[in-house]
Amino acid sequence: MKLSREEVQHIALLARLGLTETEVDRFREQLSNILENFEVLQQVDTKDIPPTAQSITLQNVTKDDEVAASLPQSQILANAPRKDRDFFRVRAVLE
Amino acid sequence: MILNQLTIHEAHRLLKTKQLSSVELTKASLERIQQVEPKVHALVTITDELALRQAEKADELIATGDTHPLTGIPVVIKDNMCTKGTRTTCSSRMLENFVPPYDATVVEKLNDCGAVIIGKANMDEFAMGSSTENSALFATHNPWDLSRVPGGSSGGSATAVATDETTYALGSDTGGSIRQPAGFCSVTGLKPTYGRVSRYGLVAFASSLDQIGPLTRDVTDCALVLNAIAGYDTRDATSVPYPTPDYTQCLTTDLNGLRLGVPKEYFVKGMQAEVETAIRTAINKLEELGARVEWEVSLPHTPYALAAYYIIAPSEAMANLARYDGVKYGFSYRETDNMWEALEKTRQYGFGAEVKRRIMLGTYALSAGYYDAWYLKAQKVRTLIRQEFDQAFDKFDALVTPTSPTVPFKIGEKVDDPLQMYLSDVCTLPINIAGLPAISIPAGFADGLPIGMQIIGKPFSEETLLKIAYAYQQATDWHKRRPNI
Repeated sequence: MKLSREEVQHIALLARLGLTETEVDRFREQLSNILENFEVLQQVDTKDIPPTAQSITLQNVTKDDEVAASLPQSQILANAPRKDRDFFRVRAVLE
Repeated sequence: MILNQLTIHEAHRLLKTKQLSSVELTKASLERIQQVEPKVHALVTITDELALRQAEKADELIATGDTHPLTGIPVVIKDNMCTKGTRTTCSSRMLENFVPPYDATVVEKLNDCGAVIIGKANMDEFAMGSSTENSALFATHNPWDLSRVPGGSSGGSATAVATDETTYALGSDTGGSIRQPAGFCSVTGLKPTYGRVSRYGLVAFASSLDQIGPLTRDVTDCALVLNAIAGYDTRDATSVPYPTPDYTQCLTTDLNGLRLGVPKEYFVKGMQAEVETAIRTAINKLEELGARVEWEVSLPHTPYALAAYYIIAPSEAMANLARYDGVKYGFSYRETDNMWEALEKTRQYGFGAEVKRRIMLGTYALSAGYYDAWYLKAQKVRTLIRQEFDQAFDKFDALVTPTSPTVPFKIGEKVDDPLQMYLSDVCTLPINIAGLPAISIPAGFADGLPIGMQIIGKPFSEETLLKIAYAYQQATDWHKRRPNI
């Protein structure tokens, strides 16, 4: 099964990954090849088989909502690429 | 006695009886690092100042008689586990200058024991790879043959132990990333049962598959490290609230009554002949030690595990890597005022090719119109794979397989063919899918290149795995061989 260039560009858009034209072509080749090999999964009879999301049997693990010390703001902002006072500085979301 | 070649248990005895100091041991390891690093490039960061400070503190602890088996002993931490104040890169440009403001739970636990953190290990970027060639920083070279890969993604950790740069290391395993490099570097590597060790502070790749585990010189050391890092953590909702046994208590040499199964699907077509011979010889040895072996056990869904894994893991990865957006930390593309362009270019330049490939695979598998056919299907196949293992463990205490179908391959050999690279994990992936524990131990060599044997157990049966591995190591000396470097 061959992915089209448009499909590859669409996937990249969903994942917010910028790709060069060369990368679109290269990933198109590689992903198509990989997915073709994985089509074997369709051979497996999974009628009435539930999906497994987790290998452990824990359910509804919760914690009491207690206020406790968190990290100081200065540490949280220490790795910020752009900051402004107590804020992470971001680009305009709405034009 | 070469100090940096000591095992944890040997070093502990000498430290406790004051025949050795942690500072001496740490200095010996740092010297060894200087000597060997130019050849193997196992470490992203050498934390020499931190290590010497911790060594001095450890010596003070030891002087008061307060010693844990790991006190004062050098450890290398794979660079995807957060170490407060020390950069943690995941071998990616995206996190090249990221300095975590907190320690991972496992790092906290080791620090509480008085450990000495000597360095952060190179890896495949974001743990995606089987050779450490996907590191955005540099490749690590196998100490047994510098033209070959050390395996991945914990290649740096395995190499650091194999070259005696460190006494032990921590790695992480999502599809084989502790076991396969352990096999390729001839060290002991354990992936605990999913949920046994806290993932808090481990940079997430695939949240239902990731586990942290030890890489060590021998099984006793492996048990000692597991004792220290295992256990319930309220900060990891997938960590299990089960008590942690003392894993050193199970180490005996009597395997009588143990039932071992050998699943034939793991002896794949195209497997290297010498590897098959070595593993069969090793299993015969386990029989000599008292175990009852049934050959030709069948786990018929094994061939589908690769496809299931490479749909599930990338799907979880694309969700986990969505956070790298250049806003809160990490690489951030600057040459634009447009938010979308900044986001896309940050991820374009911050991530390497394999990471992008997997993000795209996962995005595709989860997208509208494809979710049922791919992701949901893979999750159902996952159920079948787990059920098959559960049935096998009704009859067997453990399953034994090769860790890898081949000896370490040459650097550059598979890096341009993603599918070929994925196939090198064919023996290890199914274990992560099922959430089981498994250990890889040295089981021989072919032309001087290491061969690893994998022992797989049912959930929370690490004691059984350690017992079998220990008995094997008492009766063989593969694990005592050192690379000529």
